[in-house]
Amino acid sequence: MIEVHQAGRSFTISRRTGLLRRERRVVHAVRDLSFTVEAGEFVGYLGPNGAGKSTTIKMLTGILAPTSGHIQVAGLDPTKHRTALARRIGVVFGQRTTLWWDLPLRDSFELIRHLYKVDRVKHRERLDQLTEVLGLGEFMRTPVRQLSLGQRMRGDITAALLHDPAVLVLDEPTIGLDVVSKAAMRGFLRDLNAEQGTTVLLTTHDLGDIERLCRRVMVIDHGRLTFDGTVDALRATAPEESSIEDVVTRLYTAAEK
Amino acid sequence: MVRTYTLLAWTWLRAGAQYPLSMALLTIGTFVVSALDLIAIWIIFEHTGTLGGFTLPEVMFLYGTAMVSFSLADLLFGNVDKLSAHVRAGTFDSMLIRPVSPFVQMAVDRFAVQRLGKLVQAVVVLVIALPQLDVPSSRVWMVPVMVFCGTVIFTAVFTLGGALQFLLTDAPEVANAFTYGGSALTQYPLSVYGTDLVRGVTFVLPLAFVNWQPGLFVLGHEDPFGLPYWLRFAAPLAALLLGAISALAWRAGLRRYRSTGS
Ligand SMILES: Nc1ncnc2c1ncn2[C@@H]1O[C@H](COP(=O)(O)OP(=O)(O)OP(=O)(O)O)[C@@H](O)[C@H]1O
Ligand SMILES: [Mg+2]
Repeated sequence: MIEVHQAGRSFTISRRTGLLRRERRVVHAVRDLSFTVEAGEFVGYLGPNGAGKSTTIKMLTGILAPTSGHIQVAGLDPTKHRTALARRIGVVFGQRTTLWWDLPLRDSFELIRHLYKVDRVKHRERLDQLTEVLGLGEFMRTPVRQLSLGQRMRGDITAALLHDPAVLVLDEPTIGLDVVSKAAMRGFLRDLNAEQGTTVLLTTHDLGDIERLCRRVMVIDHGRLTFDGTVDALRATAPEESSIEDVVTRLYTAAEK
Repeated sequence: MVRTYTLLAWTWLRAGAQYPLSMALLTIGTFVVSALDLIAIWIIFEHTGTLGGFTLPEVMFLYGTAMVSFSLADLLFGNVDKLSAHVRAGTFDSMLIRPVSPFVQMAVDRFAVQRLGKLVQAVVVLVIALPQLDVPSSRVWMVPVMVFCGTVIFTAVFTLGGALQFLLTDAPEVANAFTYGGSALTQYPLSVYGTDLVRGVTFVLPLAFVNWQPGLFVLGHEDPFGLPYWLRFAAPLAALLLGAISALAWRAGLRRYRSTGS
């Protein structure tokens, strides 16, 4: 479902050092990244701040073109066929909404129906189903800017799933959620993956997400993949009886050295 | 594309219709503000009989055609030069994950009726000016052609302004100077400006084809700068060229898009 082959992305940053002098520096956000995700998998994507997780997600969705290597998602090259891919992929950025700030949720969902050309009846059905499961009913008339973080996140998830995508990628979907909302979100994602077979890739800093949701974990650091395997295999990298936090801390700090 | 645009515009209009009073006031506001341009022209004519060799109805005609073109382009596509704001707010990323061209999404973003205020004002000016000019039917056909080409040219300028912001995310003002400067320039007969500027807007950034060159034909006026006669018919060519260049620039910019770090 997702194939990443030696993908890299660098940014040239030019910084003013004097009145006219400029200094150019190249940041390798992702380098030589390769992995495959099969249909129906649930994969967690971990890494310290600035490791390259969001950059990877942006390349998978066609927002950023890789500067080297190639990528296929749902059989399509995200850069070349971005709009075709958009119909098969759902994207959630926990940090930022993809909804329209000033529109009520209901109007946002209506816009999405037009953008994705979803059949009216199908759209209605799916929307009813999602609003019920995610408990969004009472906020449908509220403009997005007035929603709380957790309410907005549920709105974003609904928006990402209205067109019934085969792949769902989420960048920190549980950021800032309270314990109850987090549990609800996890339950929802688990069911989605188990019942509909939707492939899910999510980044997170919350190791609870990994423990409770993911069979497979990938760890990225300084733009390179440093671990790819099951959660049990991840635990096995550290001495027995270490907490998952300790395991991950070891992994993050090992790369520093 | 047209269908998507209309559907999206309709959704935005409906959302805006929740505040009918502010909508009406804003529309009237834009109408009044753009009417000030015209008052400026009238004040000039209080003191002289001609401006750059053109009578009041002629100047109103040149102003009217340019502003109909500009306000149509602004109404339909003016938003595309707000790129850097979208990039910074992260909304451009959101547009890229939708199965519709980000160009259309940006153009239609927050589509609102008040944008009509300026268009209405420009049409009114044109309707007042035209009957006073007695344009023969052998020349009047150029009027819709020039309005259409002018709209394409201004749309291309907006697009270039947007494309430029893929590279200069910190300097959106540069692009705005381009578009709004361009519209201000075309409000008066080009004969009030210097030769160098006129050459520039004829052969470099072809704003002279919005209303000046085809307008000379409609008005049957000789060219104060003595440029070749065939230029009066070159508006479609200029529109096509600038349109193609701006489309290429936009695509090149999109390929270089780098999003933001957070
Ligand atoms: N548009 C950009 N311009 C310049 N540098 C960028 C850009 N986007 C990302 N970077 C750099 O690339 C690196 C990886 O960033 P990225 O956002 O992918 O990290 P991340 O793993 O998502 O981190 P976090 O956990 O903090 O969200 C960082 O060093 C960042 O500064
Ligand atoms: Mg990130």
